[in-house]
Amino acid sequence: MTYSPEVRERLETDAKEIIGRYPKARSALLPLLHLVQAEDGYVSDDGHEFCAEMLGLSKAEVVGVSTFYTMYKRKPAGEFHVGVCINTLCAVMGGDQIWSELTEHMGIGADETTADGKVSLERIECNAACDFAPVMMVNWEFFDNQTPASAKQLVDDLRDGKDITPTRGPKKLCSFKDASRILAGIPDGLAGDGPAAAGPSLEGLRIAKANGWEAPK
Amino acid sequence: MTTLTPILTKNWDLPNSFTLEGYGDYSAAKKALGMDPDTIIQAVKDSGLRGRGGAGFPTGMKWGFIPQNDGKPHYLVVNADESEPGTCKDIPLMMANPHALVEGIIITAYAIRANHAFIYVRGEVLHVIRRLHAAVREAYEKGFLGTGIMGSGFDLELVVHSGAGAYICGEETALLDSLEGFRGQPRLKPPFPAVAGLYAAPTVINNVESIASVPSIIANGADWFAGMGTEKSKGFGIFSLSGHVTRPGQYEAPLGITLRELLDMAGGIREGHRLKFWTPGGSSTPIFTDEHLDVPLDFESVGAKGSMLGTRALQIFDETTCVLRATLRWTEFYAHESCGKCTPCREGTYWLKQVLKRLEAGQGGEEDLATITDIADNILGRSFCALGDGATSPIYSSVKYFRDEYLKHFEIGGCPFDPALSTVWGPK
Repeated sequence: MTYSPEVRERLETDAKEIIGRYPKARSALLPLLHLVQAEDGYVSDDGHEFCAEMLGLSKAEVVGVSTFYTMYKRKPAGEFHVGVCINTLCAVMGGDQIWSELTEHMGIGADETTADGKVSLERIECNAACDFAPVMMVNWEFFDNQTPASAKQLVDDLRDGKDITPTRGPKKLCSFKDASRILAGIPDGLAGDGPAAAGPSLEGLRIAKANGWEAPK
Repeated sequence: MTTLTPILTKNWDLPNSFTLEGYGDYSAAKKALGMDPDTIIQAVKDSGLRGRGGAGFPTGMKWGFIPQNDGKPHYLVVNADESEPGTCKDIPLMMANPHALVEGIIITAYAIRANHAFIYVRGEVLHVIRRLHAAVREAYEKGFLGTGIMGSGFDLELVVHSGAGAYICGEETALLDSLEGFRGQPRLKPPFPAVAGLYAAPTVINNVESIASVPSIIANGADWFAGMGTEKSKGFGIFSLSGHVTRPGQYEAPLGITLRELLDMAGGIREGHRLKFWTPGGSSTPIFTDEHLDVPLDFESVGAKGSMLGTRALQIFDETTCVLRATLRWTEFYAHESCGKCTPCREGTYWLKQVLKRLEAGQGGEEDLATITDIADNILGRSFCALGDGATSPIYSSVKYFRDEYLKHFEIGGCPFDPALSTVWGPK
């Protein structure tokens, strides 16, 4: 499979705009890999070739980079890529139990995708939301304070095609491909959705206000 | 008693805090653009601001290392690759208050004479990236970025660059390689980035919180900032409480506050339990125990007690938690994230993982404790970068404080803890 002329033209337009942001073209490689992942749902052979051509690199150089980073998938991710944080704090707070119940519920394991292509699973490392533990991510949106029951409900709803709202994110969860496009540096206009901050993020401020504590003038 | 000092977190409860309207008018940047760049560097030196990304290097001094009138382009790179286990301050900061960062970038870039700046943000935080894109766009639209910003002769381009999943890219030279489109592996230092950084040009790399603190220093003065904190650890910082604590969250306070004070505010350890161990600044900082509740959380005091202030990532674990389990999991993390460039870290973390797995399962003896500390001895100080050093912190500190717990595992041939008791929904 190679990209059709229409797809290729569209990708080239995006790629040239992205490359133009950088003083040196090769800096655009990570965004371009996100861009081709947005097209294919993973970094395909064609995707690698496209990046290499756009940047004047060999395919081996591009593959050498893409395989270093865990967010670039070597086989198609699900429409919804689900991560369960299993780093120490989330694991202890219940992430390990969530992982074990979720994999049993779904019948798939780490880095596998359901047969319908809807959901893939990953054991993720710390996602910088420890005060919301246990944390899950879907297409890299936050799903805070999870339980085994909420996790199973979430994947069932995803597979049933229901609209899902992340805890701190847009009103409606986008697809893995759409998420990858944002990572390539092409915004979707949804920054205004969702809370500025929520729950634990506001705890210190709330206590300061309740006690009348302020920074020195 | 130390009290909280909301500065960077002050507007987070506004529904539109992430917009220009909810942030303010960039008056600190306007003021800075009317100042001599060297005066700004001096003000940041005088404030005593030290890097908020973990290492605590004096920020103004770092800026001062950039050679001036060298005819080369200069770059500012913001390290927004927050991935250290337990660290969760920059992500909510950029989600709720991205303009503080953008304003700090303008001031910093002007001070170091950089016309191109980058925010290297980890890729796994989509909504934060949306907010950064939107804030940068708003700033361009207002003429705060671009050509001749705010009517001055200063030009600045700012690019939001998403990473792709690699803890090592939080290491500043690995970040630069990644930003140049390579595998994120650390570089040999020297030369330091101030001399040969991005594209081999002079580059400042600062943490998000460091840069976001700069506007407040310019607006209120170096003395105002230095009036908070301790003698050598000045100013404020965000302390992130997580784990077995009644009210986890972000607490912005002067450096030097203690865990006891923070726990008082946070409702203490979760009901019916007691503190067992905690990290002062992420998993790469040696663990503390309940002996250390009154250690002032500043760079010097934490260091004097054998750990590091790091990123003020206070991961709190109560008596239901197995130290070996925690240590093993952190070790698996380091093994997973080791970039493979240097042998001590690549091989050492791999072997530590193998041995610890066996020990946690109760299949070991006291001599194995010498084995794991010996492996750690061969990583610490012998690795290419701080990732390897960090991997040894949980090993040394867990053996130091909880030797008996290791022995207990060997004695009963298994783990004496029930992980169900540690969970949020576990029996009370």
